[in-house]
Amino acid sequence: MPSAGLLFQALASGVFLGSLYGLIGLGIGLGWGLLRQINLAHFAWVFLSAYITYELKTRLGVDPLLSLLLLVPVFAALGMAVQSLLMRFAITPFNSLLVTFGMTVSVEALLQWIWSADYRRMASLYEEHKFRLGSVVVTYSETITFCLSLLLAGLVWWLLKKTDVGKSVRACAEDPEIATAFGINAKRLSIWLAGLCAGLAACAGVCVALMFTLAPSQIFTWVGVIFAAVMIGRLGSALTPLIGGLVIGIIESMTMALIAPTWAPLVAFMVLILILLLRRSDE
Amino acid sequence: MQKRSFLKALSSSVLLSSTSTLLHAQTKAIRVGSTLSLTGPLAGTAVMHKIAGEIFIEQLNKRGGLLGRPVEWIVKDDQSKPDLARTLYEQLISGDNVDLLMGPYATANSLAAMGVAQRNGKVLITNSFGIPSLAKYDMHFPAYVMGIDPGTTVPNTLLEAIAASGAKPQSVAMVTSKFPSVVFLSVGAREVFKKRGLREALWLEWEFGNRDFGPIASRLKEANADVVWVGSIGPESIQLLEAMNKIDYKPKIHFHLYPTPGPLAQSPLAANALSVSTFEQHAPFTNNPAYAEVFKMYNERAAKANLPDTAFEIQAANAYTGWQFLEAGVKGAGSLEDAKIAAFLKKNRVDTIVGKVRFDGPNNYGDDLNRIKQLQNGKWLVVHPKDSAFPGSKLNF
Repeated sequence: MPSAGLLFQALASGVFLGSLYGLIGLGIGLGWGLLRQINLAHFAWVFLSAYITYELKTRLGVDPLLSLLLLVPVFAALGMAVQSLLMRFAITPFNSLLVTFGMTVSVEALLQWIWSADYRRMASLYEEHKFRLGSVVVTYSETITFCLSLLLAGLVWWLLKKTDVGKSVRACAEDPEIATAFGINAKRLSIWLAGLCAGLAACAGVCVALMFTLAPSQIFTWVGVIFAAVMIGRLGSALTPLIGGLVIGIIESMTMALIAPTWAPLVAFMVLILILLLRRSDE
Repeated sequence: MQKRSFLKALSSSVLLSSTSTLLHAQTKAIRVGSTLSLTGPLAGTAVMHKIAGEIFIEQLNKRGGLLGRPVEWIVKDDQSKPDLARTLYEQLISGDNVDLLMGPYATANSLAAMGVAQRNGKVLITNSFGIPSLAKYDMHFPAYVMGIDPGTTVPNTLLEAIAASGAKPQSVAMVTSKFPSVVFLSVGAREVFKKRGLREALWLEWEFGNRDFGPIASRLKEANADVVWVGSIGPESIQLLEAMNKIDYKPKIHFHLYPTPGPLAQSPLAANALSVSTFEQHAPFTNNPAYAEVFKMYNERAAKANLPDTAFEIQAANAYTGWQFLEAGVKGAGSLEDAKIAAFLKKNRVDTIVGKVRFDGPNNYGDDLNRIKQLQNGKWLVVHPKDSAFPGSKLNF
């Protein structure tokens, strides 16, 4: 019988990992739901940001949180540039999957060229420092990831629900022609939204660098679980990717602690299928 | 008259042309084809094999190549995928018309290449094949010199090393990746530990590519065994050690099967970690001055390639050993015919960087040259058995 300590530690581990799933899924879900693009390059931006964070910290001693000041605007600009390109060539949603897959492969090759295929780990005080919540040990890096995920999900929710820009974005996603008829510049909005998604990827990249060992090939190991988190939620929503991420993360961790680590992905994806089936029968 | 002149001219040109073809054939490079995982999850280790192979080819060509001909290495990227490795080996044989083959990196890809080599009757030298019982092809020669039953010999060597240090462990917690060559050896070790009377406090498996090691670390902490066996490959060891450190758990004796050596050596969390090796860049392995240049070249190129650990260690040594087999086989057979090369290798011992290697056992396996190494002050040092140990070193816990 597992101890209470083991259970609570596994629960905490699931919550923190799930919040990172949610943070990565937030950008994917927004792009998918509001821009109608399945943007696989989002994973490439996350890892590119993680490697730059690693480089800034290792070479120049820049605090990972301070590097956000540089990374967010740079990645936002990158996302906007890519979106302009996609719009210029009128890429369809399905083709966006192929094009962004190509970008991801290119970024993987770039990472391997610059940092080699070997594993990199960023030494950081945030990972070394920890505190206890009862019997549960929590590192600063996990706390930062959790808080950043909550903060950004809340911010995006506020932006979409409470501001005119957000309402315009939702209107464009629902019916672009009518929205344009009401004077909304759909093209400009979608470029700004792509910038926001890439900025979110930059934030997630910092968290990945804080919590994980980096290798270029790991880009693709995140795809399945993040898509599961996004699909558990609702496309284009600000809060549901976080909820989906937490569900997947907690299920994975508890399965590892109570049953066996090999069962974790299986159980998580079975829950996803179950949720999708139940949701379909509700409709 | 005109006709006779024409025939003369024709015969002269045919003679000239055939002489030049013959000369060209004699100086034409011998093409050796292989794949390596230049991208994908195995790329971090495969790059070491590439550097070691390139150094060998350069030196070989400086020595005059093989059979008086230069050697050219055609290496393709199998992206760490066995199915792609299979296709690329077919392509190397039928499209690139290579003269000889060299194996890819890692067990699954080697197995895929083995099928192709067997179908085409080509010698296949692998440098990282981890499941000897599956190497049924009689012209396959393994450069990772681990004997036919590493699932028994490796854990026994580990227990001997621990016993020699004076420690008397009573229990073992075993966690392992399901990567084929890793789980195979962990399953073998499990049996050995049972037979030798160690209580199994935990047995857990995870899928290769697992990200969250927190719950596994928590279960190891709860098991609190005397020895922790980590059946790891690549970054898994460092990830697990980080997860253990997070919950303030430090195992007393911890063994890691196939970790990427660099990140582990750089991490203070891995202090005193144990692992296996057939070669490390220290005495007595480096006593032969003939290899001094190899080590220097490798260290420089590994640094240039940004590898975290630039030492010439087991991976590079295995790759280099494989090429030494090929050189010995071709020179010994005096031919590029695969059957003759295989026949020579089976009958003779080959002197390599890891020691003398024989192929007269089952599946062409000979001795297990695996030793136990330990991470001490950021350096991997072989500590057991005594005749291979770094001078003055001993096992620390």
